[in-house]
Amino acid sequence: MTKGLILGLLAAVLAFGAGTYFGRSSKQDLMISSSTAGASYSGGFKAEGGSAGAAGVIRSVAGPAPTNIVVVKDGESIQAAIKTAPRGTIVRVMPGTYHETVYIDKDDIRIIGVIEQGRRAVLDGRKKLNDAILYSGNNFVAENLEIRHYKGNGIMGQAGNNFEIRNNVIADSGVYGIFPQLGKNGIVEHNVVSGIADAAIYIGMSDNILVTHNEVFDSVAGIEIENSRHCIVEHNYVHDNSGGLLAFVTPGLPIKTTTDVIFRNNFVIGNNHANFGAPGSTVSGIPAGTGILVMAADDVVIEGNVISDNKVSGVIITDHAHASNITADPESDPNSDRVKILDNVMLRNGYDTIKEAKALMLAEGKVGKSLDIVRVGPSPDSCIINRHQYVTAGVGDFAECGFTNTATTVNYLLPPVPPRVIEPGERGKVVYLGICSGCHVYNGRMIGPPVQVIQALYMENAQGLADYIAQPQKKRDDYPEMPPQDYLDPQTRLAVANYMLQVTN
Amino acid sequence: MIRALLLMIAVVGTAGTVGPAPSDFTLNRSCPPGFEKTVAGVCELRTLYQFYDSLQDRGLGGTRTALPRHRDGFTPQQIDLGRYLFFDPVLSGDGTLSCASCHDPERGLSDGHARSIGIHGVDAGRAAPTLWNVAFLQRFFWDARAGSLEAQATGPLYSPKEMGNTRAQLLTSLNDNATYRRLFQQAFPKDSGAVTEQQVAAALAAFQTSLVSLNSRYDRYVHGYDAALSEREIEGLNVFRSFVARCSECHTPPLFTNEQIAVIGMPEPAGHPFDVGAETILGSPKLKGGFKVPTLRNIARTAPYSHSGAFTGLRDVVEFYNKGRGNAVPKDMQLYLHWHISDPKLTDAEIDRVVDFLGALTDETFLPPTPARVPSGLTPTKRGE
Repeated sequence: MTKGLILGLLAAVLAFGAGTYFGRSSKQDLMISSSTAGASYSGGFKAEGGSAGAAGVIRSVAGPAPTNIVVVKDGESIQAAIKTAPRGTIVRVMPGTYHETVYIDKDDIRIIGVIEQGRRAVLDGRKKLNDAILYSGNNFVAENLEIRHYKGNGIMGQAGNNFEIRNNVIADSGVYGIFPQLGKNGIVEHNVVSGIADAAIYIGMSDNILVTHNEVFDSVAGIEIENSRHCIVEHNYVHDNSGGLLAFVTPGLPIKTTTDVIFRNNFVIGNNHANFGAPGSTVSGIPAGTGILVMAADDVVIEGNVISDNKVSGVIITDHAHASNITADPESDPNSDRVKILDNVMLRNGYDTIKEAKALMLAEGKVGKSLDIVRVGPSPDSCIINRHQYVTAGVGDFAECGFTNTATTVNYLLPPVPPRVIEPGERGKVVYLGICSGCHVYNGRMIGPPVQVIQALYMENAQGLADYIAQPQKKRDDYPEMPPQDYLDPQTRLAVANYMLQVTN
Repeated sequence: MIRALLLMIAVVGTAGTVGPAPSDFTLNRSCPPGFEKTVAGVCELRTLYQFYDSLQDRGLGGTRTALPRHRDGFTPQQIDLGRYLFFDPVLSGDGTLSCASCHDPERGLSDGHARSIGIHGVDAGRAAPTLWNVAFLQRFFWDARAGSLEAQATGPLYSPKEMGNTRAQLLTSLNDNATYRRLFQQAFPKDSGAVTEQQVAAALAAFQTSLVSLNSRYDRYVHGYDAALSEREIEGLNVFRSFVARCSECHTPPLFTNEQIAVIGMPEPAGHPFDVGAETILGSPKLKGGFKVPTLRNIARTAPYSHSGAFTGLRDVVEFYNKGRGNAVPKDMQLYLHWHISDPKLTDAEIDRVVDFLGALTDETFLPPTPARVPSGLTPTKRGE
């Protein structure tokens, strides 16, 4: 499985090696930097409109906890509770086993498991159900659950913002354990995820994410940041996966960049699991034994991690051209620009590396039984400090970083974004134009009668019109019966009635 | 015989003896349904989706996600002129085909054929895509070779396999027609002189931006009315967006396309050669057999399916995906199949539910009226009539 991602490496080795070997001195003076002194990284995300620090460290993004609480007991259905819950509800799930797919398409729903002396609320897909939890609402929280034996994902988000996924145990649950996609402002923390055929935690096409204090293991990939920006991955225990931490740009996705990712203070240990990724999946090309893999992602900072016992390499930095198993995308920048490697503890990596990496080392005149950092493919404007600590290949042209730490970057989270206030008049107008105008025009005949005629009937009676559209009766022989508009809530019906009664053209 | 007769009447009509007098045609001064006429006199789209946001403003995500950026801001007159042009066979080389021949309002703005039938009955090679919601697209044609509706328009107009016209003939026939000259002057009052190709393309674009479908039962569900979808359709939605089926990874709401090029490895109909798709356009062998992901809105109205009409029904398409990765790739051909093409092993019931859900994406409430007559005097004929 190693040959997929790194197939093109050998050719690059020869070209690159020749340039390095003959073109420059292999000896450099030691330049020693202290990461407890020196400048701090300042290139990352800056929240618009002022200092993030002023309000204190953000530890929650989902907003104030709802006061409406419903309790689901063993033998009952979580989905049934969610279906009837108004937005702004905590669904408290008692210990027990639940066989269902739970979906949340409204805002402010929290599913909170109750743990009693170690007994959790277990969602068990019995290898028959696809996903445990699908959410598209904003301000979603999932806590304290155990999820096992699903075929698709454990927890998958589609465009929900301000999410918090914490304290969950997810095992043997398909392709991704936790997969927020197309979301902004989220926290994934204190989860234990294992036995996943792709990434245990996968941040896909998302912005402003914190992944912290998770344990991920026995999966093909531990934590993957893909086509996402402003993500911090810290304090995680990432072990016994095929690849530990990944920052990727996957070509062919509609959002094209991965920028500003900080991998810091993680334990990235012994990620040598045989790669059991599905044929054709991007991660199936990861060489089993990779600690951190950066592919085409920009501004990735690697700092303060303990990276040990990963047999291929502690860190691999590569580009699309060397990943022969992935598609092409003219709109994606294929290179890993501006990688920044600060102080890390690297031990016993690369002891059984792939032959392409050995060749690259050889070309640089390095012989040894370990490899901490290998880079193939262009990686412009990258930098490193204390490079003499590491066994490296291909990083000879990295500059010295202008900073030694990321201490001033606390996290990239945002205060919960309040729901947009929509004035009733605005809503009425949009519903009128977006829906009513399909059948009614001001002074002409379409499918329904002219608005002028309706105005004459209901001029002083907006509520009457609002009531009529919820349950229309056939009034005119020469027009078809109007379909009920009861899918609009009462306020919206009144707003659109008010709007309809005052239009003038 | 019937067609010949019609043509004769039509030709006489343009000579002015029969058919509408030039003053008969007027352009609508109101915006089409779904649009607000601003104080500047242009039509801007209004939809409940404008109350939502989307990541990076890309218009991709889940249920309550904003739409992608779109084209609007045309005048009612430009839109209505585009409607006349769209239905007028004078745009084709021999006066037999209009845009509506392959983008027929009665067939989901597609044509019901596996592959379009162009001038003189030739196989145009690929299926006519629906025009619903093209206002939101950035790339046009199955191989994404055009970057705007205007750039797209000249493709079929001048293709010898499609409408078979030439730029010179197009402009001559429009400029020789007093009605069109008057209507173009109304639609483009700031321009003076002869009708131009740019004006034709702009009017066609203006009309096509009015083809908006966002009022399906799915949309009602999105905007908060849970009962808009049946239990079976909700089950189908959950399979559709599950990571087993992965449909929504490319057919991403709210438009049900992410507009990317994807190599799926669909079969060609029997006897039809393999189509390399976007490979030649983008010069990338890894994209051999790649096509733009089509929208699924109104998909139940636009059978048959795929770039070359290999599938008769919706269930056939879903079954193809369920047969596993690469099940129809020709022997000895290497394709870089999309990573989401997997082996989902959906049950028969799950396949049925996905098809049920796709039926909830139908909405044709804003279908524009077909003009009874067009300025050329030709009959706004569609094929087969």
